[in-house]
Amino acid sequence: MVDKGADQKGAIPAAVARLRRSRWLLAAAMVAVLGVYGFGGLSIFVPLLALALLVAAAMLPAEAERQSANGAAAIEVGGLQRLSGEYLAAAVADPLIIFDRTATIVHANAAAFAAFGGLAPGMSLSLKFRAPEMQALLDGIVSGTMASDVVDYTEKLPVERTYRVSASSVGHATDLYVLVFKDQSEARRIDRMRADFIANASHELRTPLASIAGFVETLRGPARNDAAARDQFLQIMQNQTGRMARLIDDLLSLSRLEMKPYLRPGTAVDLRQTIDSVIDSLAPLANENGIAIERDFTDGAISVPGDRDELFQVFENLLENACKYGQSGGRVTVSIAHAEDGQDPGIDVTIRDYGPGIAEEHIPRITERFYRVDVENSRTQKGTGLGLSIVKHILTRHDARLSIKTEVGKGAAFTVHLPAQ
Amino acid sequence: MQSAHIVSAYDEELKFLSKRIAAMGGHAERMVEQAVAALVNADPGLAQKVIHDDLVLDEGQREIDDKAIIIIARRQPMATDLREIVGAIRISADIERVGDLGKNLAKRVAAVIDGRQPSSLFRGLEALADLALTQLKEVLDVYASRSVEKIGFVRDRDDQIDAMYTSLFRELLTYMMEDPRNITPCTHLLFCAKNIERIGDHATNIAETIYYIVTGDQMPAERPKGDKTDQVVVPGPASAK
Repeated sequence: MVDKGADQKGAIPAAVARLRRSRWLLAAAMVAVLGVYGFGGLSIFVPLLALALLVAAAMLPAEAERQSANGAAAIEVGGLQRLSGEYLAAAVADPLIIFDRTATIVHANAAAFAAFGGLAPGMSLSLKFRAPEMQALLDGIVSGTMASDVVDYTEKLPVERTYRVSASSVGHATDLYVLVFKDQSEARRIDRMRADFIANASHELRTPLASIAGFVETLRGPARNDAAARDQFLQIMQNQTGRMARLIDDLLSLSRLEMKPYLRPGTAVDLRQTIDSVIDSLAPLANENGIAIERDFTDGAISVPGDRDELFQVFENLLENACKYGQSGGRVTVSIAHAEDGQDPGIDVTIRDYGPGIAEEHIPRITERFYRVDVENSRTQKGTGLGLSIVKHILTRHDARLSIKTEVGKGAAFTVHLPAQ
Repeated sequence: MQSAHIVSAYDEELKFLSKRIAAMGGHAERMVEQAVAALVNADPGLAQKVIHDDLVLDEGQREIDDKAIIIIARRQPMATDLREIVGAIRISADIERVGDLGKNLAKRVAAVIDGRQPSSLFRGLEALADLALTQLKEVLDVYASRSVEKIGFVRDRDDQIDAMYTSLFRELLTYMMEDPRNITPCTHLLFCAKNIERIGDHATNIAETIYYIVTGDQMPAERPKGDKTDQVVVPGPASAK
């Protein structure tokens, strides 16, 4: 018992001493943490920040005489001084921009550069963020009528992003101000996805559902005892349910893609192997339609950064279309080539059919949801009207391009250009 | 950015012009965005707001004109400064026109929402508007950053807009042939598509002005246009003997 008490007595001063030794580190960490959170919700943390500074200041005179003896202390003091605004800004994960009284950018952290292209110190913020609410926010802060303010800012193009932007002045009379962007796009997109899914699904599912309902009614009524008709009707109903299932699959994968249109996948994909397996998986369909698939692959390793499953889906959809709608041509060519010319090197994958081709006026709109070149033909080929829309979304995520060359009567060539980097 | 002048008030005045242009640009972008949203979602309330908002742009253009004339008179600007000021006058006029086109889109909302048109038409209009707005946004971004080497995209995008417009034009004609009751709403939609296409043209004009401000040269001559609507003919149903 006695021993244990002595141990405890010894332990407490030791802990205090350790705390004192590392006080600068602690103070710096606290300032950093408070700084980071302070930009989000300023009001609660201002008194805490003041308290932290007070504690640090109170400890300073008591320890002053020991400081000269302690060599390590000098480095720790340097540690606090090194904690410049730049380091602090770099440690913040959200886009953060520091600007002066004329709304000119003084510093922007890496996250800000990544989120908004074309930022540079010396550039005017009000020229870059032109939305009326951002203009009002900047004017209000710079003119000093408001100490801090928060607005919601939405960028519609090229991909929709929503930020909650908070602006406030930095310190006292520094003439510097800070903007912090909190990304809220995900939540907004989930809402949108729900609404879009319901709108599209209800519209497109109604047709097969109406047909099924009609046949059920007939089967229960006039065709009750007609075995031949019953079989035929059941076959049609099965086709319709199959169509609904495909539609739901496509809608779901499209919605999933739309949720995160700008997440860039990271790993490398072996295109040769991927496209080989696409061709294998579609061999039954090609046989059924009397199509011969020809390969024209370039030599050597062919790999691009990307997500294998998504790229698989791209080439599956394109090849499936070629087999279905280019049936009259009797063959489909799949070629992989290095694209050396032009500004951006990469890999070109071309899927060419020799069918009827596509009229020019459809080309610009062919990747729209539910846009069909020929509604009747699409229905008989079990198309959902979403295949190319999915292709476009995946390619946008991969920073890739789809180009279409076609001549009526001579077939169509869909070329996917995947950048090497 | 331009080098500092001895009279710092001169710098302030030039900065004021570009800041005002940016504010007008942001306003015009928002107006077009909302006008298209009003059209697609059949929202007359939003359309009224857009019509009302156009006043801000008219006022902005007048203010820039006045300020620019005063600067020219007082400072006798040369070279870059002169181009900057004349450019501001021209860009503000283009932006004001974009606002007018947005307002015109909004005015047509009431005429279009009565008879519901196929949703593919609205999707097409939306896609066309996205292209035009992307172009406007990129051009105004170049105005902010002054990196004119990025300006080549404008013409590529212009081709896409023209192709899309031609396709929509053809589709609208087809709907009108199918059913005469479609003629009223489809004619309005035709003008809507035309307005959006014009917005893209104004964005191209602004790009050319920016190129001139920064380099002092005119942009190289224009390539042939991809707008083929002047040739679009949809054959009518075979006439009875």
